[in-house]
Amino acid sequence: MGLENIYLGFQQALTYQNLFFAVVGITLGTIIGVLPGLGGANGVAILLPLTLRMPPTSAIILLTSLYWGALFGGAITSVLFNIPGEPWSVATTFDGYPLARQGKSGQALTGAFTSSFVGALFATVLITLFAPLLADVALRFGPPEIFSIQLLTFSAFVGLGGGNPLKTVVSIMIGFILAAVGLDIVTGQLRMTFGITGLMQGFDFIIAVIGLFGIGEIMLSVEEGLSFKGVQSKMNLRVVLDTWKILPSYWRTFVRSCLIGFWMGFKPGGATPASFMSYSFAKRFSKNPQQFGKGELEGVIAPETAAHAAGVSAMLPMITLGIPGSPTAAVMLGGLIIWGLQPGPLLFTEKPDFVWGLIASMYTGNIIGVLMVLAFVPFFAAILRIPFAILTPLIVVLCAIGSYAVHNSMLDVWYMLIFGVVGYVFKKLDYPLAPLVLALVLGDMAENALRQSLIMSQGSLTIFLDRPIAGVITAVAFLFFLMPLIGPWWRRLRGLPVAEPTAREI
Amino acid sequence: MRTADFVTASILMALGGVVLFDAIRLGIGWGTDGPRSGFFPFWLAVIMMTTCAVILLQTFRRESRETFVTREQLGSVLKVIWPATAMVLLTHFIGLYIAAAVYIGFYMRWVGRHSWTSVVAVAVAIPFVTFVIFELWFLVPMPKGPLENWLGY
Repeated sequence: MGLENIYLGFQQALTYQNLFFAVVGITLGTIIGVLPGLGGANGVAILLPLTLRMPPTSAIILLTSLYWGALFGGAITSVLFNIPGEPWSVATTFDGYPLARQGKSGQALTGAFTSSFVGALFATVLITLFAPLLADVALRFGPPEIFSIQLLTFSAFVGLGGGNPLKTVVSIMIGFILAAVGLDIVTGQLRMTFGITGLMQGFDFIIAVIGLFGIGEIMLSVEEGLSFKGVQSKMNLRVVLDTWKILPSYWRTFVRSCLIGFWMGFKPGGATPASFMSYSFAKRFSKNPQQFGKGELEGVIAPETAAHAAGVSAMLPMITLGIPGSPTAAVMLGGLIIWGLQPGPLLFTEKPDFVWGLIASMYTGNIIGVLMVLAFVPFFAAILRIPFAILTPLIVVLCAIGSYAVHNSMLDVWYMLIFGVVGYVFKKLDYPLAPLVLALVLGDMAENALRQSLIMSQGSLTIFLDRPIAGVITAVAFLFFLMPLIGPWWRRLRGLPVAEPTAREI
Repeated sequence: MRTADFVTASILMALGGVVLFDAIRLGIGWGTDGPRSGFFPFWLAVIMMTTCAVILLQTFRRESRETFVTREQLGSVLKVIWPATAMVLLTHFIGLYIAAAVYIGFYMRWVGRHSWTSVVAVAVAIPFVTFVIFELWFLVPMPKGPLENWLGY
């Protein structure tokens, strides 16, 4: 079993250099998580060019730590300012902010950070156990299996993503079409360039991430007119220790939220629905549900545990199958390719030091993370007091730098601005952005898998149903695709009320 | 909201049409050794156009009183877009760092109405720090203009 592997991993993760990168990553990530307008995905995207000259293991540790930091950071603004810094911390505001208003911000923050840590640790242990097994299975996958998994990925967005499923489909198609622009490597033909040289290089998804999430998000937040009115944080060692004493009594909530988080995060769709689902389950099973929304600690624990477990488990399909579960994981996947690594199950046999270093760093990164955020809450909260007339241009400049650095091309910076406007409009009209980005990342891979499968079967689509593994996955994918049609009908049949519109992931 | 939805779906539909046109030019059938270049884009465009058509129908049938954006909101969004566009344009001529300094300074003064002292301090400090981090520490080159040339970078 993997004991010697994880030992090898810790040897990688515990070098001074990599611990240093973990600390830097978590600090930057927490800042990014606190700032509205900068999220995990575009934080990682902006930093990606800086990692070009680093050893891959250090680079991935820096980027994943940034991601953990962003997950922690979202909780700070939710509790102290009633502003969710990230979509998955919306549910944390329901009880976190009331607690802070009652002067129990220390308790709420300690609860939030500790449950984040528990969720992350749980998901990391499961990744340690299951990743090698899944990679083993995935090694036997051919093109039809790979294509059916892609189908499953996107069907999950349509069936489970909430919002208007048709708009989700359109977003996916836009992503795939953008991915197809430029040179077709199989036939050597130029596609959809219409003789324009600028289109020949195609669209890089890192630019899309920075534009859609970075610039688009800023436009949305200035539109709402930013004004931060925060509650002072009251953190000291006594509060932390007192909260830790009562937390074990919530073990049921922890276990339930961990499982929900892992299950939701493993499939694409991710952290945000997991946090909402976990919150409503906690409320349903609670002895005093009427306290929820008025400042119940359990209402902070449940969404935070689930969001963090989901955030970590989104890494599992990324490292084992080469298919990212979230936009942030997608950017990291792009990083692997830039560093010269081939994402997918072969990583486990060819680059064990990289994979296990990454897994071990999930343990160290989260331990360092929880200690750092507990110690430096006032510092991170102070960041929100930076006037937004400084913050807004600063974020725009950082986005421009990040976009330019990818290919040293000014054209990319213009694309970033255009993607920004598109992101703003799409977000307002409820076209989801995450599936668009994933489709843009996976486009070439999906098309190649489809082509190779069709060549294998001489053009017959039944190849996706005939092979046992591909068949099962395709069937589940179709079930998800049909879910928006079956769902209302099923509810009517059982006399349940029609589902209320669910919150949309990112 | 309805108009915005309608316009967006129509634009996407038109884009789908462009893709469809190009896919047919490339060939959507079976080539000598497998599907031709236009095969995948063709089906993407077909699915997209069909879905957009249904969205258009939905938009027609649904009443909506929400406004997509109020005049005030549009104002503050434009206040972000056009200076940012100007900065990117300026970058072509005077390099990213100076353009960033001008942009940050302008935005702080115009939108935030900060004092000139803090405007100058922040507008100089931020590009300087990014210069040190990107050019000196991580050796990632940014577009540079006359000033950087004069300084020897």
